[in-house]
This record gives sequence, structure tokens and C-alpha cells, in this order.
Amino acid sequence: MTQLLLFDITNGLIIGAFYVLMALGLSLILNLSNVINFAHGGFLVIGGYLAYTLLPYLGFWGALIAAPFLTAIIGLAVERVLISRVYGRDPLYSLLLTFGLAFIIEDGVRYIWGAQGKPVGIPEFLSRSLSGELFFITGYRLFMVATATTIVTLLFVLLRYTRIGIRIRAGTLDLETVAGLGVNVRALRSLNFAVGIFLAGLSGVLAGGQLGLEPTMGDGLLMPSFIAIIVGGVGSLAGTVLGGLLIGVASGLTAVFYPSASEAVIYVLMAVVLLIRPRGLLGEEGMLT
Amino acid sequence: MSGPFGTEQLRRLTTLGAIWLVLLLAPLWMPPLGLYTALGTRVLVLGLAAMSLNFLLGFTGVLSFGHAAWFGLGAYATGMCLKWFAASTPLGLLAGMLVGGVAGGLLGALLVRRRGVYFAMVTIAFGQVFYYIAFQWLSVTGGDDGLRGFERQPIHLGVATIDILNNATAFYYFVLVCFALTAAVMGFILRSPFGRTMVAIRENERRARFLGIPVELHIWIAFTLSCFFTAFAGGLYALVNNFADPRLLHYSQSGDFVIMAVLGGMRTFWGPLLGAVVFVVLQDYVSSVTVNWQFFIGLLFVLVVLFFPRGLLGFLQQRRRA
Repeated sequence: MTQLLLFDITNGLIIGAFYVLMALGLSLILNLSNVINFAHGGFLVIGGYLAYTLLPYLGFWGALIAAPFLTAIIGLAVERVLISRVYGRDPLYSLLLTFGLAFIIEDGVRYIWGAQGKPVGIPEFLSRSLSGELFFITGYRLFMVATATTIVTLLFVLLRYTRIGIRIRAGTLDLETVAGLGVNVRALRSLNFAVGIFLAGLSGVLAGGQLGLEPTMGDGLLMPSFIAIIVGGVGSLAGTVLGGLLIGVASGLTAVFYPSASEAVIYVLMAVVLLIRPRGLLGEEGMLT
Repeated sequence: MSGPFGTEQLRRLTTLGAIWLVLLLAPLWMPPLGLYTALGTRVLVLGLAAMSLNFLLGFTGVLSFGHAAWFGLGAYATGMCLKWFAASTPLGLLAGMLVGGVAGGLLGALLVRRRGVYFAMVTIAFGQVFYYIAFQWLSVTGGDDGLRGFERQPIHLGVATIDILNNATAFYYFVLVCFALTAAVMGFILRSPFGRTMVAIRENERRARFLGIPVELHIWIAFTLSCFFTAFAGGLYALVNNFADPRLLHYSQSGDFVIMAVLGGMRTFWGPLLGAVVFVVLQDYVSSVTVNWQFFIGLLFVLVVLFFPRGLLGFLQQRRRA
């Protein structure tokens, strides 16, 4: 029982780390540009499939680094050509636009790479489990959590201490003033979008190594990321991290006792949080609400 | 122009007459165009759902992106009522409308203080709850296979019985009557002081608040009414197919409703119906031509947002004014 519990908690943490990566990207874009990026799951899938294509040439490590960057470049192009046109308009339009993009990406991926699942080969030493006792903790799982932790830490450091990071955070609070101070908001938003998409691409590669790739895999990860943001509080990146881990562990624990509710529990969590604290756990009053 | 009929009023009456004439005669003109009556029925029901959503979206300016939940709840409740409780079509529809509307009203009370993007996000997420329930709760909902085993029942009118099950044309007219009643109620509410207040909130929420209008209460009532209408449309949809599917509750269905409203014209009463006509016919056609139909539907979303944000009717109105 202890082992089972431990298994599900680790599982929950790993899933949570995933949600965090996805949700942070979404949250960055939402905070600065007021756009809910429905196509975020699509970019995750693109990242995964790019890694699959690059793997024979670059190996796992090369693909792990190259694929997210390429995804970010694609994201940047999409932002420049399409999404930047709806900034400042009713949020309805950005919703519909990214909604359509999600359809286009999903079908495009299916067209290019086929509807069948594809594996992403991981290095042999990562696929072994650490010990017979804790058979479920493979090196790869540890590696995923380590990568997610590193990237999240790095992101927070960048946002805290670099000039661009400070501008992004300031823009979240008051974009007009930031623009008034002479910051190129257009470029800032594009860069911010690209960073968000980079995170999506990275999650795609990591997810591909664990679960394999499918054109529809982004869909299932999108909703939990939404909920991570709502639970953590819109406008707060730290809240998003907390929310992601919380729902990951909650669904992991529920899987022990009542497996069929493991997906429903995150919605219950969201409802409870909204009832008790409508702005989310770490959300500031008045942010985007 | 003076007199009992100004030009504006005359035009409005002509348009209204034309719309109803087209709808009334649909079973006559559709078959020669190679369309089947059942498609007309489907368009009418989806159009009603889009109009119900637009009641909130276009006239109150509240961005709900989870209306598929109420649509689907209405469909499931109607189906279950017909399957387990009573073989009566009106009772089933009533059950569907009540279940979807009450659920929407309860959730609405939780959400009325949220606005814009955040409102959209929370409605999407909560909408998905019902999708998961329908998907997971095999013994009650039939899970992924959907809810089967019920049929729409003949309508007893005292003197006569109308067989809406086997006669597609009779069913079309039955749906048209339901549609007309709901549209009339919606139109009546929008013309009432309450409806005017909805529009005032859309145009300038802060000013409405300063005037002493209880904004939250109005938004909640508009949201709840919209949920009732949508759930009623959902109940009709269950009758159309004699089947309810978990995908009716999925957020992509909500997206379809929103695009119908936007495509036809959000600021107009009839726009969503026109949007539904275009969307359903296009989807029907594209999915019969290519397996990659999703790509083209996605493209439609993008094109509408970039080039047709006011929708077809909005575009026409703009041209007329110019």
C-alpha cells in the first residue's frame, strides 16, 4: 500500500511538473497579451513531432534542445502574422483565432506525420528503473522532473533579474505605462509569446519520451493547464506553479482510491477554490477579472 | 418618412416576413436543391442554440465559452427522461430545459463577478466537467458510445396525433414551432426594459453601475435565461438524432456555437441563425469531400476573425449605412 501510495504521489508530481510547464507558457501569454492560447496544446504536439523527426540526425539530446527552439520560431511566426492582429480587440477574437489554429495544427500534424502514434526514443540509461524496490521511478522520470524544475527556476530568475523579465512582469500589471516609458511592447509581446511556446515545445518533447506521440495529445493537457492557472490565480506565475503541482498530486492521489474520478477531481478542486477564494490561491484582486 | 410605416419599419417587417417564409417553405425548396429536410431541422436547432448563446454574448457582452455544457445537458436530460420516465416528447423537452437551465443558473451564480477572458476560461473549464461525467459514467450515460435507446414520441393534440418520428416534414414543423416560440420569447425579452439594460451593460458597464443598475444580477439573469434556451435547443437536438453524444458537451462544440454567432453577426438577432446555416452546410460539405475537414473548419475560424469580425449581417448593415 505504501508503495502504491508512493507510486501515485510520484506519478502525480511528474504529471504536475508537466502541467506546470504547459500552464506557465499559457500563463505568460495570458498575463501580458490577454490571449488564451487554445493552440498551446498544438504547439506541444509540434515540439514532440519535430523532436521525432530530428532524432535520427541529432540524437536525443540534440533534439531535446533543437525542437523547442524550432517550435518557438514557428510560434513567433504565427504570433507575428496572425495573433498580433487581434491584440487589443475583444478577447473573443483571440479565443476564436487560436481555437481555429488548434484545429489547423492538429490536422496539419496528422497530414504530415500520420495519424498513428510515434515513439520518441530515449537514451538507454534513462529508461532503466533506479531500483527493484522503487521499480516505477525510471531515470527518465527523474530527468523530466529535473528538467522541468531547472527550466522553471531559470524562467523565474530571468523574470526577476533581467531587464526584459522585469519589463514582462511590469507589462502584466500595466502595459500602458510600460509602453509610455518607451518600451517596445510589440517586440516584448512577441518575445514573451515565443518563450511561452518554447515551454510548450519542451513539454512536447518530454511527453513524447514518456508516452509517445499522437496528433491529439495536446488536447488532454490543455484543460488541466487552464485549471492550474485558475486554481493558482490568474496573473500570478508562482500561483500557476502551485496550481499545476496541486492538481497533479490531487489527481495522482485520487487514482489510488477511485481511479475513474482522477480526472474529475481537478475540476472539483477548481470549484472549491473558486468558491472559497474566487481570485485563485495566489491571485491578486482585480487582475484580469 | 412619416406615417404608420416608416421605411425602417417597413424594411424590418419585410425582412421578418422573408425569414419566416423561407423557414416555413423549407421542406418545399430544400429537396430540389439536393438538400434533405433533416439537414434543415438540424440547422434550425443548432441555429437556435447559437441564438441562445448570442442572447448573452452579443447582447450582454459576456463571453461564455462553455455553452456546449448546457446544450449537452439538455440533450442528455431529454434522452433520459424519454428512456426511463415517460414516453412523452414535451415532458422530455421540459426536463432537458430545466436540468440544463438550473445547472447553468447555479454555476452562473458562482461566476457573475468574473469578466472577459477569465469568464471564458472558467466557463470552458466547468463545461468540461459535464463532458467528463458523460464520458466516464458508463452505466448512466453510455460513456463514449453515447446515450441510446430512446425515440421521439408522437405529439398528441387532443383531436389529432402528429407522427414526428417517421414523418421528417412533420418533425421539421414541430421544431419550427419550438424555434418560433423560443425566438419570440427571446425577442420579447430583448425589447423589454430588461433587454435594453442588458445592452446598456454591454456598452458601458461602469456607467450602468453608476446609474444604479444591479449589474451582477442582470448578468446572472441573462446568463441563466441563455442557459435555459440553450438547454431547450439541446433537448431538441436529442430528438433530432434520437441519440445524445458526449461530444455535444465538449468545448469544441461551444467553439462551434460561438463561431456561428460571430460568422452570422453577433450584434444582430438573426445573425447566429444565418451563421448556423453557413457553418453546418459548409461542415457537411467539407467533411464529405476530404478527411482533413478539421483543417478547413480551423481555417474558417481564422478567416472569420481576420476578415469578417462583424459577421455576414454586420457586414451588410455596414454597407447599407455607408
